[in-house]
Amino acid sequence: MISKTITDEFRTIVGDANVMTSEVGRQSYAYDAAVLEPEIPAAVVRPSSGEEIGRIIAVCNDNTIPVTVRGAGTNLSGGTIPLKNGIVLLTNRMNKIIELNEEDMYVRVEPGVVTAQLAAQAASQGLFYPPDPGSQAVSTLGGNVAENAGGLRGLKYGVTKDYVMGIDFYNADGNKVTSGSNTVKCVTGYNLAGLMTASEGTLGVFSEITLKLIPPPAASRAMMAIYDSVEAATETVAAIIANKIVPCTLEFLDNFTINAVEDYAGVDLPRDAKALLLIEVDGHPAAVAEESAKVEEICKAEGCRTIQVAKDEAEKTRIWEARRAALSALARLKPTLILEDATVPRSKIPAMVAGIADLAKKYDLPIGTFGHAGDGNLHPTILTDKRDQAEWHKVEQCVADLFEIALSLSGTLSGEHGIGIAKRSFMVNEVGESSLEFARTMKRSVDPKGILNPGKIIP
Amino acid sequence: MPGLNQLAQLIKQIEDQMTDCMKCGMCQAVCPVFTETGDEGDVARGKIFLLERLSDRMIEDASGVKKRLDKCLLCGSCAASCPSGVRILEIFVKARAALTQYEGLSAVKKLIFRGMLKHPARLNMLTDLAAMFQWLGTCRANTHFGTCRAPMLKGMIGGRHFKPISKKPLHKTTPSLDTPAGKSGVKVAFFPGCVVDKMNPEIGSAALKVFEHHGVGVFMPSNQACCGIPALASGDQPTFEDLLVHNIERFANQEFDYLITPCATCTATLKELWPMLADERSEAAVMNLAGKVMDISQFLVDVLGVKADDTKTGTKVTYHSPCHLGKSLEVTAQPRTLLAAGAEFVEMEEAEYCCGNGGSFNLQHYELSTRIGERKRKNILDSGADVVATSCPACMMQMTDLLSRNQDKVRVKHVVELYAEALD
Repeated sequence: MISKTITDEFRTIVGDANVMTSEVGRQSYAYDAAVLEPEIPAAVVRPSSGEEIGRIIAVCNDNTIPVTVRGAGTNLSGGTIPLKNGIVLLTNRMNKIIELNEEDMYVRVEPGVVTAQLAAQAASQGLFYPPDPGSQAVSTLGGNVAENAGGLRGLKYGVTKDYVMGIDFYNADGNKVTSGSNTVKCVTGYNLAGLMTASEGTLGVFSEITLKLIPPPAASRAMMAIYDSVEAATETVAAIIANKIVPCTLEFLDNFTINAVEDYAGVDLPRDAKALLLIEVDGHPAAVAEESAKVEEICKAEGCRTIQVAKDEAEKTRIWEARRAALSALARLKPTLILEDATVPRSKIPAMVAGIADLAKKYDLPIGTFGHAGDGNLHPTILTDKRDQAEWHKVEQCVADLFEIALSLSGTLSGEHGIGIAKRSFMVNEVGESSLEFARTMKRSVDPKGILNPGKIIP
Repeated sequence: MPGLNQLAQLIKQIEDQMTDCMKCGMCQAVCPVFTETGDEGDVARGKIFLLERLSDRMIEDASGVKKRLDKCLLCGSCAASCPSGVRILEIFVKARAALTQYEGLSAVKKLIFRGMLKHPARLNMLTDLAAMFQWLGTCRANTHFGTCRAPMLKGMIGGRHFKPISKKPLHKTTPSLDTPAGKSGVKVAFFPGCVVDKMNPEIGSAALKVFEHHGVGVFMPSNQACCGIPALASGDQPTFEDLLVHNIERFANQEFDYLITPCATCTATLKELWPMLADERSEAAVMNLAGKVMDISQFLVDVLGVKADDTKTGTKVTYHSPCHLGKSLEVTAQPRTLLAAGAEFVEMEEAEYCCGNGGSFNLQHYELSTRIGERKRKNILDSGADVVATSCPACMMQMTDLLSRNQDKVRVKHVVELYAEALD
């Protein structure tokens, strides 16, 4: 617990209403979307400005109180689970879009702005913010940047890091640090904004983020191809790329997921299909027409059973329904859902899918696999009931094996959910001891007392 | 009064429903309360987490959890968009009942639910009396809306503008009815609901007029009781169950094709909550009845085949979709069809967004309820409509209060009132 003197200092900084110390208030911030043990923080503090963030951190540093920053708490790796003697610093009062500059195509936001709200604002001014993580309706940009969130458009448009132009943050002493610029090019000093991206709150606390916007594509076309074998589907993915076509989305659903979607949404997918690809190309109308014709040709050449090309918006919505329903459909099958995001190079997807199938057999666990085939970021989704301890043990083993397979295919532990608490003990397998030591040295030098989200990323 | 261990056991009974919540947090996008407060303890996953902690004996402050649970509109926005289909309403009403059993019902609520609501005849007598003497404590607030306010009760009900209790309630003008099916060949049972009966009997009369116009036979027994939602929302499950049994006795063993209500909340309560909580005393009868329950617009459009026609008056009407009709029962098109049958229909922004009333939520959290309602008021005004219509008398109360206090000129009407007017 932290003393009343300290909580009083927080109250002086942000006002009474914005410090929660009651049992119920603190318990409400003990968890996030990861299936991990909750930790009850000592207090929850809601600043409304960068200056307040600085003062809060200074108090925490003086008294060695851990700080865990939280936006919407949708983290899937436990990055927003606090420490019991620490505080939660909640960013959702800082939800202003400070400046949306159409001429120079950038936007400056406070960290608590919700992703979908920024995307909608940009769209209303004729611009485009592509990163679209699954939780975008509630997730905050601060969280997106801290986790380097991805989404469905990764293959063509990249992920959050590709849009970060600058970050203002507060360091462990509570002093403001600025990085990046409103310019397209900027090599002034270290690329601290790059370092802060995916830092999961362990190096500084964001107060303002500058993000790149781009012109939206003029046209798009969606297609759905059905396959009798996973190999044919994954070879289609490789063939599309080999033909120098980069679709904006290239999503995969396996047979298990197809059946779950049918049970849940009944969208007339063939239940015996082994795989489904949802492909969307976008850009100039002429390019879209040419590329979609080519994609259709490739799908057929690679042996798809059927391919449906959306003729209008209504058909596009229908085609997308299968993918949109995937997570909900799987979630309804069992009480607990483990959504993994180990990622492999695109060319290794057939091997990865086969590996997942072996694991499902080996551990006798239902695993539905869907996700971003175009960028190698599949979501093997293990369905279980965390109350069943024997099965839960199997799930943990299965996840460990899954990581091993991904790494053996020169893949990575996490494509977009972050390391947090959930994957930190596997870090060494991917990056090795000396890389970890470098990270530890760096962390110690910028945060000597270890107050910034300790226990995350670095084992 | 049970201890924390017993409370934990009671909450454990809904553990299976709670485990389905994967804490994804998507409910934050749609919860009207969270949208205002930004506090995790106010949104569905936060409340479910607190209940899980209570059932695991990981939290001591049961009263604190109850306060959070009560700070909810029961609008069902979260359930309607929940990716894993968690039965949130069931969790919340059962948990409220458990926590109320633990804490005990307050003296005021005991008086209201068990002393008045539970006894329909007594409630009628009391509201009839109140209708005669309410002028003593109220003064006129806004003649356009026919609203009043109660300065002496400011501590209890704030500066609300409300419609006075009717001097001609439906239970006086039409105590009961039993007419045979006419040209439609259909006979319905009619459940007006408390608010229509006592505050807005003109909605009840409009419904009866419409039934007559279409040759629909009506069975409306006297001595109907409240549907029970106020008691259940306050965790008073015993009173809810008594009211359910009382009503079942009124309607069971009677011949009718549908049971119609003009109140979205009553419709959802009869259709969803009665079957959810019926015990062996009444289960078979409740299931049978719930299958016949239908909102009045749904009945007119889906059963009688009322269509939009081209004879438009100059009036512009917009529609507020009540949560208990749109989100709980997915009835959204039929009221609009009915409105377009008589007037020029204009869609407002966010028609499905909660008005913020939430029954007793409005009494307990008036300031928050008003903040949520302001968003609705803005959308109503921006639509440029002369009339805002809806299908729920509770939403009407909220919109009337918001518009009346701001001296706005938009009228508030029930869909069936407008439809009945258009028949003249």
